[in-house]
Amino acid sequence: MQVVEGSYAIAHAVKRCRPDVISAYPITPQTHIVEDLAQFVADGELECEFVPVDSEHSAMSVALGASAVGARAYSASTSQGLALMWEVLYNVSGMRLPVVMTAVNRAMSAPLSIWNDQQDTIGARDSGWIQIYVEDIQEAHDAMIQGYKIAESKDVMLPLMVCADGFILTHTYEPVVLAEQIEVDDFLPPYEPEYFLSVDNPLSFGCFAEPDKYMEFRYMQHEAMDRARIKIKEVADEFGKAFGRYYGGLIEGYNLDGAEIVLLTFGSIIGTIKEVVDREKNVGILKIRSYRPFPLVEIRDALKDAKVVAVIEKDFSAGFEGALFTDVKAALYNHINDLKMLGFVVGLGGRDVRADDILEIIKRSKSAMDGGITDEWQFIGLRGELL
Amino acid sequence: MKNLFASGHRACGGCGMAIAIKLILEATGENVFVVSPTGCLEIVSSPYPETSWRVPWIHSLFENAASVASGIEAGLKALGRKDEGKVLAIGGDGGTADIGMGALSGMFERGHDVTYICYDNEAYMNTGVQRSSMTPIGASATTTPAGKVSYGEIHPKKDLVSIAVAHGLGYVASASVGYAADLMDKVKKAVDHDGPSFIHLHSSCCTGWRHPSSKTVEVMRLAVLTGLWPLYEVVDGEVVNVKRLAKRLPVEDYLKTQGRFSHLFKTDEGAEVIRQIQAMADANAEQYGLDLDIEE
Amino acid sequence: MKLRIGAIADPGTSVVNLTGGWRTEIPRITPELCIRCFNCVIYCPESAVKYSDKEGIYFDYDYCKGCGICSNECSGHAIYMEMEEK
Repeated sequence: MQVVEGSYAIAHAVKRCRPDVISAYPITPQTHIVEDLAQFVADGELECEFVPVDSEHSAMSVALGASAVGARAYSASTSQGLALMWEVLYNVSGMRLPVVMTAVNRAMSAPLSIWNDQQDTIGARDSGWIQIYVEDIQEAHDAMIQGYKIAESKDVMLPLMVCADGFILTHTYEPVVLAEQIEVDDFLPPYEPEYFLSVDNPLSFGCFAEPDKYMEFRYMQHEAMDRARIKIKEVADEFGKAFGRYYGGLIEGYNLDGAEIVLLTFGSIIGTIKEVVDREKNVGILKIRSYRPFPLVEIRDALKDAKVVAVIEKDFSAGFEGALFTDVKAALYNHINDLKMLGFVVGLGGRDVRADDILEIIKRSKSAMDGGITDEWQFIGLRGELL
Repeated sequence: MKNLFASGHRACGGCGMAIAIKLILEATGENVFVVSPTGCLEIVSSPYPETSWRVPWIHSLFENAASVASGIEAGLKALGRKDEGKVLAIGGDGGTADIGMGALSGMFERGHDVTYICYDNEAYMNTGVQRSSMTPIGASATTTPAGKVSYGEIHPKKDLVSIAVAHGLGYVASASVGYAADLMDKVKKAVDHDGPSFIHLHSSCCTGWRHPSSKTVEVMRLAVLTGLWPLYEVVDGEVVNVKRLAKRLPVEDYLKTQGRFSHLFKTDEGAEVIRQIQAMADANAEQYGLDLDIEE
Repeated sequence: MKLRIGAIADPGTSVVNLTGGWRTEIPRITPELCIRCFNCVIYCPESAVKYSDKEGIYFDYDYCKGCGICSNECSGHAIYMEMEEK
């Protein structure tokens, strides 16, 4: 175990996956990851083509081209950079290219903020990428390795983004077990796609589909996501056996036994919530690891005995509510209808989420459970004096 | 002919681009990876499950052909397959000079071993002849239409060759679909050149330029013969192999063949624009030394 | 036919699309006038003008769209266009 910066741990894991092509454009707080990777290449520790491009749009396009010739490709970005990639994200998933990226979570401008929330990756929710949200640096490191195995699986063939909270998981230092090359080589086979660009079999990639076929291509992506549901769990189990670390498959429960109030969330905030929950009775945590594919069945099962679920997230859809909250409600409707559901927005643009905020959420959840009136969806930690 | 661009594609009859692709692939042979941005070329050649390509081909998006080509080149290098084939991007003027300019500049600057060919039909043809930065002065396009108080496009074309040369490229050329042997010769030189190379290829769209489909090659040749489309190469920064003209024709000979310029022949203001276009041809002649009778 | 993931197509499959049906005018050749400049072969956008030693220049009417470039570019005025009877 070594004490390293989160970005270094992520870069190290990527290196161990032996990517053929890395392409990235610098944006805070993603920079340390790609700087570390560039240094590995400069030091001869990693043999790969490192392509420092002109924009994030190009970064993902380079990854796309590389993946199409059968190379293992990697990129990383965040926030505005991820937004500039948007168009290519859809393209990569539609072309069924298993590019893996680290999506460092950062707020969207305006106003400009380099700090953490999850609005950026929530916006990429529908792009056809698998989204795995991680809680700590070790999980971020491990998820990169799992990520390639899931994405490149013949049943799946979908791109995957590991979503890691900016600064909190990229610029802090923690003790991390850094994977050895031999371990990763045993776990992750080389990328051998069924279809790739070659002069021996000169296929055409990126054809267009007319209305008599487009819908079926989209449905095939949906089916692949369904198969990814199984694959993510399998790979988590295999990883657990090989490395001795397990974070759950699609979800992970914490103190769920007998919990009347369940705090449902994803990302690094879970660390803070665990500290609080440890001192509370009958309050558990449901962590969402895989946001896409969405763990419908697992959530229903995990919440079947709960009385209140409080969904906590660092994003929202202006004019409606938090995206995760909407999704959880949709997943439970017609299945568990006597459960009270509350949504809380916290920590936008790097606002600290303190233990007191979590206590406030638990207090409001208790009040709701006891029949008290509370808003179904609300912001926590707003500075009223500024409004 | 090798027929690496298969028949059955859906380009309009008389399409200059279709001739261009056929000639380009004739020159490269089969060991080539082709990237096309979104546009006419992609649309006419790839309605799934049909494709006209007999070489490995990829279309991704509108503005990223140069980046995808960079990725293919990097991927082939990383996989030890660099010798398998050359990498070629073929995009229209919109995908190259407008929306794809940043990606193209990046590809040039990073020195990828990619040949980029811009087939320039001087407007967004696939979406219905909207103007691009490559639409010539005086042409009526659907977003710069000629009208009672307008003579159409008012801005000159970008000088793509100079832009490429400014990136320090070792091989850059202008070419025309009207000069097949010259085009194929330049394509061979470009793909054989190590590092990025660029060809700016004049390519008529009979639908958008509004001339009979049978006149495609003739019209493109007139662009060269009037001095509006000089043919030359720039090798290591030096202009070489300029196609000299024994008797340069007046620009009217070119303009009058096409409906997009027909309004210029109806008004005094149009006549003034024609004089302006003639001045551009004269400037080309001066800059590139096009006129044989003046030189010798 | 089942769809292949990613809309990936096999090479040269557009040949199933017989574009000859688009044609209104059809090219014909007067062989004795042909001077074998091959402009028709070189400039046909459809690769529908062919040549063999035995047959000389001939047309693949499955794909010829009748654009008339072959006729326009013909150095010997050997190729002419006529309205096609359908």
